[in-house]
Amino acid sequence: MGDLPQILPLGLEGLLVRFDDTLSDLGNAATLAFAAEIEAADWPEVREVAPALTSVAVFFDALAIAPEEMRERLLNCLALRDWTAMSAPVGKLWRVPVSFDEEHAVHISEVADLVGVSPSQAIAELCAESLRVLALGFAPGQPYLGRLPVQWNIPRQTGLTRAVAEGAVVVAVRQAIIFATSAPTGWRQVGWTGFRPFEKRDGGALHFVPGDRVHFVQRPADEVQAGASEPLGGAEVIS
Amino acid sequence: MSPHVTVLDVGPAVTVQDWGRPGLIAQGLSRGGAADPLALEEAAALLGAPHLALELAGFGGRFVVSHPQRIALTGAPMRVLRDGVPLAWHAVHHLRPDEVLEIGAVTEGVYGYLTFGGGLRADIILGGASHHLVAGIGAPLKAGAVLLLGEDVSGPVGLGLALRPPLANRFNGGDIHVLASAQTDLFSSVTQAHFAKTAFRRGARANRQGVSLDGGRFAIEGGLSLVSETIAPGDIQIAGDGMPYVLLCECQTTGGYPRLATVIPSDLARVAQCPAGAVLRFHWISEADALERLRAHNAERAALPRRMQPMVRDPDGAVLMAQSLISGVITGQDEWAE
Repeated sequence: MGDLPQILPLGLEGLLVRFDDTLSDLGNAATLAFAAEIEAADWPEVREVAPALTSVAVFFDALAIAPEEMRERLLNCLALRDWTAMSAPVGKLWRVPVSFDEEHAVHISEVADLVGVSPSQAIAELCAESLRVLALGFAPGQPYLGRLPVQWNIPRQTGLTRAVAEGAVVVAVRQAIIFATSAPTGWRQVGWTGFRPFEKRDGGALHFVPGDRVHFVQRPADEVQAGASEPLGGAEVIS
Repeated sequence: MSPHVTVLDVGPAVTVQDWGRPGLIAQGLSRGGAADPLALEEAAALLGAPHLALELAGFGGRFVVSHPQRIALTGAPMRVLRDGVPLAWHAVHHLRPDEVLEIGAVTEGVYGYLTFGGGLRADIILGGASHHLVAGIGAPLKAGAVLLLGEDVSGPVGLGLALRPPLANRFNGGDIHVLASAQTDLFSSVTQAHFAKTAFRRGARANRQGVSLDGGRFAIEGGLSLVSETIAPGDIQIAGDGMPYVLLCECQTTGGYPRLATVIPSDLARVAQCPAGAVLRFHWISEADALERLRAHNAERAALPRRMQPMVRDPDGAVLMAQSLISGVITGQDEWAE
């Protein structure tokens, strides 16, 4: 990891601990383990600890602890162990039904071309193994799932899709996302599920935590649509 | 029926706001809450307690209450009439059930706030009541909406806030102070200096997520594709086309576009309240300077209850602002007895 990990400023009241500057499994495992360590330390000056894909943001009250002192504490924490030797947490295994029918697999041909396989092979690869929740971000409970095989390292579109629907399954850069809200995106849509990572009913719930695994299962559009009104939108927790 | 407020007409972007939902960045939800939280604190000072507020972006609406309420008008000043008679902004007034409160356009700034003495009642989602449009929590109010209120306890009215720096005059852009963010070093020192020399104008693209800045493009050298990292309000993000955006309370929690700098916490309301076309200038400062400014800002926030003054009328009967104590007669709250 070269000069990594690095501690960088995030304005007055934040510091970023960066474990990798490209998406790596080791960097993600280090990120989740380090975030858990800081959470467990429960420093009263810390307001919020937020792990992303390969970095941890620590927000604190700069009037309660000098930023330089917080940096020292984080450095001491980094010295505690070899963060490159962490294994990722293993959470729940989810089975999520996805429609890859034409109406939902808007960009499947394009994606298949970029990956270098047929559309049906691309769908098979997406459903072949469970993907890990690497981070939650962008929208409430929205999972970054990965990593897909190396040939899935496809770029985002240069233009944005005006808005994908809630439940859209999109791919880019060896990852898939289940969209928690309707939003514009540069990622390409390959499917749609009735499962909502962010359940707004009954006071609201966020279903995933980093480390959970998600297994996509191909189902016909009408079945996925029907499942959308069931608990968890037709998804199941397997273990 | 329990106390409520009926929305007769409403502007396009009126939402229910409080201090947002801190602590959920790791779960993908930015804090949200009021774009100008200082306005909530000003309302709390005027009403004696903090409450959910209606955030009025650019334009208000017409409102009628079912039971007597005190109302605090804070944040960006707006044209306001109670049964056709102008009311002072930055102030607390009575509103009776037979009166129509009509709030028009902002006269400066962007976000005005209407807070009821009895407090709005709203559903709790993910531990908070504020609307978060990006997350799909809540939606701008529509005409005909009926919102529940708590019963208002009586309290003084006819009081105004005489705002002092650094809280005063935050509605027309101006000087903004910044510190480095995690990706600042991706920009050359020449670019960083150029950024600080530019007189930007707040661009047309603006909402609770962020505001665009017109005044130049600020690409980094080399087409770096960055791994997404955590974003915080105040970050100045350079979009794919090089246009800078200052991200605000409802920003996405992670992003892959590079960020040039971060606005210090005590200047963020000034950015949110900057109207389209007004000038914003950014200045790099030291951490020590930023801490000093935060202390001064917090001291003035804490002093808000002491900044209340009885309002005055001039001899012709027009309402003067609290901070314009010139030749008028100071009247007691009873005489004001709205």
